[in-house]
Amino acid sequence: MVIVGTGGQGVITVLRILAEVALIEGYDVKTSELHGLSQRGGSVEVHIKFGNKIHSPLVAQGKADLILGLEMQECLKSCYFVHPHTKREQDAKGTKIDKVSSRYGVGANSKTSFLINDYLIPILSCPPEPSAQADGRRVQKPWPKNKILKTLKNWTKDITLTPAAKICEKELGTKVVVGVYLLSLAAFKKLVPIKPASILKAMKKVLPSKYLELNKKTFNLARKND
Amino acid sequence: MKKILLGNEAIVRGALEAGVNFVSTYPGTPASEIGNTFYKIAKEAGVYPHTKRGQGAKIDEVSPRSGVGVYFEFSTNEKVALEAGIGASFSGLKTLVAMKHFGLNVASDSLMPFCYTGSKGPTVIVVADDPNCWSSAQSEQNSRAYSYLAHIPTLEPSDPQECKDFIKLAFEISEKFNLPILIRLTTRVSHQRAPVKLGKLSGSHPDKARFVKEPQRFVTMPPRVLEMKKELFKKIEKIKEFSEKTFINKISLLTSDVNKQKTGIITSGVSYLYVMEALEELKIDLPVLKLGFFYPLSEKKIKDFIKNLKKVLTVEELEPYLEKEITALAKSVNPGLQIYGKALLPEVGELKPDHVVAALATVLKTHDRRVLAQRADLPKFPKRLPNLCPGCPYWLVFGAAKKAVDFKKVIFGGDIGCYMLAGLPPHNIQDYLSCMGSSIGIAHGIKKATAGQQKLIAFIGDSTFFHAGIPALINTVFNKSNPLIIVMDNQTMAMTGHQPHPGAPAKPDGIKIENIVKACGVKNLKVIDPIKQKELIKTIKEFLNKKQVSVIIARRPCIFVK
Repeated sequence: MVIVGTGGQGVITVLRILAEVALIEGYDVKTSELHGLSQRGGSVEVHIKFGNKIHSPLVAQGKADLILGLEMQECLKSCYFVHPHTKREQDAKGTKIDKVSSRYGVGANSKTSFLINDYLIPILSCPPEPSAQADGRRVQKPWPKNKILKTLKNWTKDITLTPAAKICEKELGTKVVVGVYLLSLAAFKKLVPIKPASILKAMKKVLPSKYLELNKKTFNLARKND
Repeated sequence: MKKILLGNEAIVRGALEAGVNFVSTYPGTPASEIGNTFYKIAKEAGVYPHTKRGQGAKIDEVSPRSGVGVYFEFSTNEKVALEAGIGASFSGLKTLVAMKHFGLNVASDSLMPFCYTGSKGPTVIVVADDPNCWSSAQSEQNSRAYSYLAHIPTLEPSDPQECKDFIKLAFEISEKFNLPILIRLTTRVSHQRAPVKLGKLSGSHPDKARFVKEPQRFVTMPPRVLEMKKELFKKIEKIKEFSEKTFINKISLLTSDVNKQKTGIITSGVSYLYVMEALEELKIDLPVLKLGFFYPLSEKKIKDFIKNLKKVLTVEELEPYLEKEITALAKSVNPGLQIYGKALLPEVGELKPDHVVAALATVLKTHDRRVLAQRADLPKFPKRLPNLCPGCPYWLVFGAAKKAVDFKKVIFGGDIGCYMLAGLPPHNIQDYLSCMGSSIGIAHGIKKATAGQQKLIAFIGDSTFFHAGIPALINTVFNKSNPLIIVMDNQTMAMTGHQPHPGAPAKPDGIKIENIVKACGVKNLKVIDPIKQKELIKTIKEFLNKKQVSVIIARRPCIFVK
């Protein structure tokens, strides 16, 4: 599973909670994250794998079962991790097999699900294009949402877009819990094979006590909106 | 009991289980959390920066139990941190020193003689490399070269459990052979979380620390220094014998018999995890020799492993040290062995599990059945670059600099910290960037070379100034050049997680940068809050016309400093 967002959105908190959930449920688990310069307001992408025995903490290309997107544009980068398009066919002996298509295309039938916060964060600085002014002062506009969705749908049909930022802002007065909202929602929607109750247990272990109440409310909000 | 720990936290836990007494560091990604965790322990005990002997400290992150009396400090730079550690070791304490890879360059001057004298109290140095330069501006350094240069035994863990186990083993080896041990981490080990089986904390008992005069042991003067080198080589020979038997060099094979296999894999560090994943992906079973000991290498074990093989694949990140060693060893035991490594794997950038699958498929001449999207298929979209935080005082300094001068003509020197984002849009004012403190050193050279014809502004952060800027500043005064130096004083080490430094310690009794600048003999000096834009712009213009070096201290705390 891959979680994407931008610096300051709380991606690593979600990662820590989910890792704890996996441990509580008796899985082996490994995660990978980045700190320092790579975190400074830029793209954040973290990986988590859990199962019987996990070797590498990195998700390999085409191997993400679920991608949580805390920001829409960041999801475009994670197409790298989307499972290839498969088609159920019969082989010579008549056994049904999932045949992997050699290319990605419109309406691809991939195993990967996206759960995305319907939210855009403007890109303040990006590499200047040749046409940019000499000082590179040029703010690129984010892609419109329909363009992002249309592109993602070329990779997988299984996309859930939810106004998590709007809901959290309205009901809880803050967007910092968007990641926890999405994770809880993913559990209720069974996009990730964990018991929702384990998230509450994990939050107690991972979060400072002063933030626990807010995050519990977030969890309940996700249950209500499932 | 198992607890999920970050690789760096597992290092701390292992050190505490080993009973570490003395810890020093300078922060730097990806090593920072080692110091941060000890700092947290010390702060919770209310004893930073002088964690008193035997004083209790609570550690909720890494240990549920209190009761450790560990001295911890953030030193001014890595060389000083290592020297503090050497002093503690000479006095008999169990010592840990941690740093990022570039820090080891700074500390290397002290590392070489330390291997000659050897340690007295067991000592472990942890260095964290950053393949792919995720958070490292200056080079993609592979610190394994230091193992050869300094003759320092080196271990490479691959996951948090091994971080904990290897550091405990490293203390044991150091105690047994009186030699410091290097633990080499990489980003994907340092910043990997996984369940770690916790052991017992042994408690810190530093009360017996005492420096006993032994000049034969601690003074590296010729001709004694050459005897010391011989003694060091003898120790390395003994450690090599030890490494042949240790559990951390191991052969793993899932089902079949090693002797029947014709192809094998040799690997170390995080690459081992990618190898195991690739074998699973390809559903094949090959013998894997995992070398926990990078230096000295277990030559006998490697020879035994390769002597009956037809092919061997060495899987390692960055430069091919193992591949070269194995190529040399194969000449005597198996000259016909086909050795694969960097011909199939990247030498630049970090290794990924996908690379190993592809390399293995080539070696085995099997079909790589994966269907992978090509780079051209992936969506192209505007890339998000790192940014200064909204409200960061550095916006004000860069803005003023651009308003004060013609930024196409004036040269801008960069240095290491958040302010190296000057090089990215929307600022784009960075004409050179190298290593800690170098903005001033290089500025002096440019000024001298161009006979002062071109104007130059060098940016340097507060902690970077203390780390390596001061000798360079003295050089501009002593050898007479006139760059304008702007000290970006945000009162903290912001980039690495807001650690204290000599100018901004935990308690407000810091060393004032302006006092140091004055003492260095700088006449043109002003401390300005960059919110006063008019004054800052005026002073930049004025100072750029001075005949001697000038310094502006642009002081306004980072928005995260409370």
